[in-house]
Amino acid sequence: MQSKSYSIFGGHGSKSGIEHAAEVIFTICGFFAVLAVASISIYMLTSGTPALFKVGILDILFGSVWKPDAAVPSFGILYVILTSIVGTALAILIGVPIGVMTSVFLAEVAPQKLADIVRPAVELLAGIPSVIYGLLGILILNPIMYDLELKIFKGSSTHQFTGGANLISAVLVLALMILPTVINISETALRSVPQHFRSASLALGATKIQTIFHVVIPAAKSGIITAIVLGTGRAIGEAMAISLVSGSSVNIPLPFHSVRFLTTAIVSEMSYASGLHKQVLFTIGLVLFIFIMMINVILNSLLKKGGNKNDK
Amino acid sequence: MKKNLIKILAAAGMAVLTMGALAGCGNSTTETTTAGTKAAETTAGTTQTTTAAAAATTAKVTADLKGSISMVGSTSMEKLATALSEVFMEKYPGVTVQAEFVGSGAGIEAVTNGAADIGNASRNLKDEEKSKGIVENIVAIDGIAVVTDPSNKVENLTKDQLIAIYNGTTTSWKDLGGADQPIVVIGRESGSGTRSAFEELLKLEDKCKYSNELDSTGAVMAKVASTPGSIGYVSLDVLDKTVKTLKLENTDPTPENIKAGSYFLSRPFVMATKGDISKQNDNVKALFDYIHSDEGKELVKSVGLIPAN
Repeated sequence: MQSKSYSIFGGHGSKSGIEHAAEVIFTICGFFAVLAVASISIYMLTSGTPALFKVGILDILFGSVWKPDAAVPSFGILYVILTSIVGTALAILIGVPIGVMTSVFLAEVAPQKLADIVRPAVELLAGIPSVIYGLLGILILNPIMYDLELKIFKGSSTHQFTGGANLISAVLVLALMILPTVINISETALRSVPQHFRSASLALGATKIQTIFHVVIPAAKSGIITAIVLGTGRAIGEAMAISLVSGSSVNIPLPFHSVRFLTTAIVSEMSYASGLHKQVLFTIGLVLFIFIMMINVILNSLLKKGGNKNDK
Repeated sequence: MKKNLIKILAAAGMAVLTMGALAGCGNSTTETTTAGTKAAETTAGTTQTTTAAAAATTAKVTADLKGSISMVGSTSMEKLATALSEVFMEKYPGVTVQAEFVGSGAGIEAVTNGAADIGNASRNLKDEEKSKGIVENIVAIDGIAVVTDPSNKVENLTKDQLIAIYNGTTTSWKDLGGADQPIVVIGRESGSGTRSAFEELLKLEDKCKYSNELDSTGAVMAKVASTPGSIGYVSLDVLDKTVKTLKLENTDPTPENIKAGSYFLSRPFVMATKGDISKQNDNVKALFDYIHSDEGKELVKSVGLIPAN
């Protein structure tokens, strides 16, 4: 029976060597991420800042005219920044409630059989490449939006018709894209709420729904906030899908306007841009980078606060 | 621990996103330069056998050429001129081609007063320029087609109508004899050569009111094909049955019509010289020989233009 040894104490001689090597490898791997983030930060700062000073910080950030190729070029990205903020906020507003409800359904309400259908579907949703979302947006969403646009603005002489490529289309695509992230992480958070919380609530006479909304969700708050952070990060960083459905004209972010996001501004013009125009595109990248940093920092601090409260 | 893990995940995700955003800046000249290198290898091989003296007498171009060619002119021709000079310098390592992009007029002036060997102009030469002995060598033609969705009933647009559509004055197909539906104005992103040519030919520089600014010809084709009431512009080589190609001033955008000059949404790319090509120095002759060769024509096509002959 004990002819072969699978004991963890086997191979005494090489043990310390392996331990040591493993430690070094782990450390290197750990620093790889740090190195990547640091080099990206440095690169973005060095390539994004020159244009800020050449054009003028206020002219870039608060100018509303984007004409990079005009005889007197102007590089105002105010509308682009606003579009990214409004678009992401709306996507979160739509996506998070649906996502959290779905995760409640999966973690608390759903019968096993139903959950077995919904969960793989959600996981599949996460695996679909963003360009596919964009194509679906072009084929399904844009025609619907165009019909809506034709009805709402019928006879209007001031509205510029966009053929359905507008802010709403982009927001809907983004909301759909953040769903899997929100659902998966909130579901994990809901499941990690100890069973005795629920038992206590139910024992006090609360209904199942009351228990979910007053006990389970508050207890899983920090996990749900994490889900929102990651969802926001995905929404603000998404480029491919929305570049296909948003129309990519620089406009004030109103529902039926064709709009350009920070990401699509970079993607759409990088290929032919040169000189100052290209540097400004890097500046847009820097703005996007700072946005994502800010979102992470703000929500992480929220997370810490929430975590501390829960611990008490 | 879990929170830390999530933080790291978030940081890694962010890094990936940023890298993805940066990956857009690719190099578009690799293709042409590799073709050029191959060509350079073969010519280098043949010149080994011929002596320098023989090469000079037989006016055949070889890799022995030394010196420089200066090219001044149109900004619109930047793509063509850059591609051409890169490939040419690969082929003839002894020759440096310097290209400056300051505008068609300035280019012709530079070649007139001898400051440059070649003056690039993205228009036909004026008679007064020709009278100073400048020869118009058309090397390529830039043509743009105007397309609509297949169900559109409008067949033909005049130049004024097209201008009115793109500057936002005309907003319904009804005004142009079509169905009562709004016009969805689709264009390219700024920086695109097609866009700058289109706006320049219609004198609409930065006056266009686009509802969609798409970042590739394919995207324009797809959007126009799928959106009723849309209008867009694309280069000639991508036209197909998914869209309807409009006549402009009752002329179809065919290479024949464009060469004949009856289709107005086109412009010649001229590399003007002082006196005929045969009177130029060997370097300039070699450059024109290259443009007129099959390889040169491929190069012209690769930057989206129609070869001149």
